[in-house]
Amino acid sequence: MSRKVVITGLGATTPIGGDVPTMWRNALKGVSGAHTLTDEWVAKYDLPVHFAAKVSNPASEVLSRVEAKRLDPSSQFAVIAAREAWKDSGLGEIDHDRFAVAFATGIGGVWTLLDAWDTLREKGPRRVLPMTVPMLMPNGAAAAVSLDLGARAGAHTPVSACASGTEALHLGLDLIRAGKADVVMAGGAEAAIHPLPLAAFASMQALSRRNDDPEHASRPYDIDRDGFVMGEGAGALVLEAEEHALARGARIYGELAGTSVTADAYHITAPDPEGLGATRALKAALFDARAQAEDVVHVNAHATSTPVGDRPEYTALRAALGNHVDNVAVSATKSQTGHLLGASGAVEAVMTVLAVYDRKAPVTINLENQDPEIPLDVVTTARDLPSGDIVALSNSFGFGGHNAVIVVRNH
Amino acid sequence: MASNEEILAGLAEIVNEETGLAPEAVELEKSFTDDLDIDSISMMTIVVNAEEKFDVKIPDEEVKNLKTVGDAVSFIAGAQA
Repeated sequence: MSRKVVITGLGATTPIGGDVPTMWRNALKGVSGAHTLTDEWVAKYDLPVHFAAKVSNPASEVLSRVEAKRLDPSSQFAVIAAREAWKDSGLGEIDHDRFAVAFATGIGGVWTLLDAWDTLREKGPRRVLPMTVPMLMPNGAAAAVSLDLGARAGAHTPVSACASGTEALHLGLDLIRAGKADVVMAGGAEAAIHPLPLAAFASMQALSRRNDDPEHASRPYDIDRDGFVMGEGAGALVLEAEEHALARGARIYGELAGTSVTADAYHITAPDPEGLGATRALKAALFDARAQAEDVVHVNAHATSTPVGDRPEYTALRAALGNHVDNVAVSATKSQTGHLLGASGAVEAVMTVLAVYDRKAPVTINLENQDPEIPLDVVTTARDLPSGDIVALSNSFGFGGHNAVIVVRNH
Repeated sequence: MASNEEILAGLAEIVNEETGLAPEAVELEKSFTDDLDIDSISMMTIVVNAEEKFDVKIPDEEVKNLKTVGDAVSFIAGAQA
C-alpha cells in the first residue's frame, strides 16, 4: 500500500481574489474577474481583444520593490501563492532536504523575454540586464519558490500548456509516494497578459471577442460561448505525507487520492472529438485513487468556454462516469477567473480541495442558454455537496494533447 | 560632468534601486561584495545603470577592479574626463 498524501496548505493569487479566503468567497458568490484592459499597448498594437482577467491584487502591492525586480511576474505570483500556502499549512521546522517543489507554468517568463528583446533593439546588448536569463527561464517560478522556502528535495517544472498546473500535482503525489519527499509545494503560475500572447491566442481564434461586455465573455457550456478569456495568477498546495501531517497534528483539507496524465496523440491543438485521451485520464485517476465512478460528487471542469473544447470533456466524463455523470455537480470556474493557462489547474485544485473540505461547489457564471449537446448538471448557484465519503475531480487539458486529472477525497 | 559627490549620490541611488540598501549605507570605503553584500549579477546591473546615468563606458574587464564604492566613483569621474 503506497503512502497516502494529504493537502495541508492552500495559497492563491487570482483575478477573483488575492488570497484563498477572498477567492473562495467570491467563487461561491459568482463574480467575474474579467475587465477591459487599460494598457496603452491594446490600442498601440490594435489588438482584436481588449480585455482579460488580471490578478485582483497586483504583485507590487504584496512583494517589496527589490523582490519584485528580480522576478518575472509569473514567479512573483508563484512566490505570493506559495508563501500563503506555507503559512496556511502551519509547517515550521522541517527537514528541508525532504521538501520538494513542483511548480508549473505554461509559458514562463514571457514578459521578461519580450522586454529584454525590446531593450536589445532599442538600446543595444549592453543594456540587456544580467537577470534576464534566470527571470525568463520556465523553471524560474519553481526555483524562486525553492529559494524562498528552502525546499531542497528538487525543484521541478512540469510544462504541458494548460494542463501544467494539474500535472504539478501529479508529480508531487508521485514524489511523496516514491519516498523522495515528505512535503511538496505544488502549484502553477502564469503571467501572459502581454500583447504577444494575446495576439497569438486571438490569431488561433481561441479568445472571446466580446469586447463590449468582458464580464460576460467567459461562458463555458453556454450556446453563445466564443472563446476563453486570458487570466493570470498562481495557485499553490502543500502536499504532505499523511503520517507526516498526522504526527504534527496538522489541519488536513483532504486527500490527494489519485492522479493521472495521458496524451491524445491526435492533434497539436484540437481536442480529440471523442475525448478518448481525457476518458483514459479520468479512468486511470479514479483507479489510482481506488475510487468508483459512483463516489464522484463534484467535478471542477476544464471548460474554457471555447466552442470546440467544452464538448469533448463532457463526452469523456460520460464515458468515464457512465450515467452517474447526471448526478455530479459540475463547476466551470473559468467563467469567473478566466483561463490562467499553466496556473489554471493549480487554482482549480485549490477550489476542488475547498469544495470537498467545505462541502460546497463553486459557481459557474454566465450560463444563460446551456448547450443542449452538453447536458451536465452545471452549478450556477453555490450548492452543498453530500455528507459522508465523497470524491471530487479536477480536469485540465492542454495544447499538445495533454490530459491531467486529480482526485480529491475527504479526509 | 558630475562632481565626485554627485557621482556618489547617483551610485547610491542605483544601488538602492537594485538592492534596497539605504542610500546612506553606500559610502566611499565600502566594499561592494564584503560590506554591501552585492552579488555579481547585481554588480553588473549596477554597472550598466551607471553607464547609462553618467554616460560612460565601464569595460567588463574593469568591473573586477571596482572593489569599493570609491573605486567606482574614481573610475566614473576619470571616464567622464
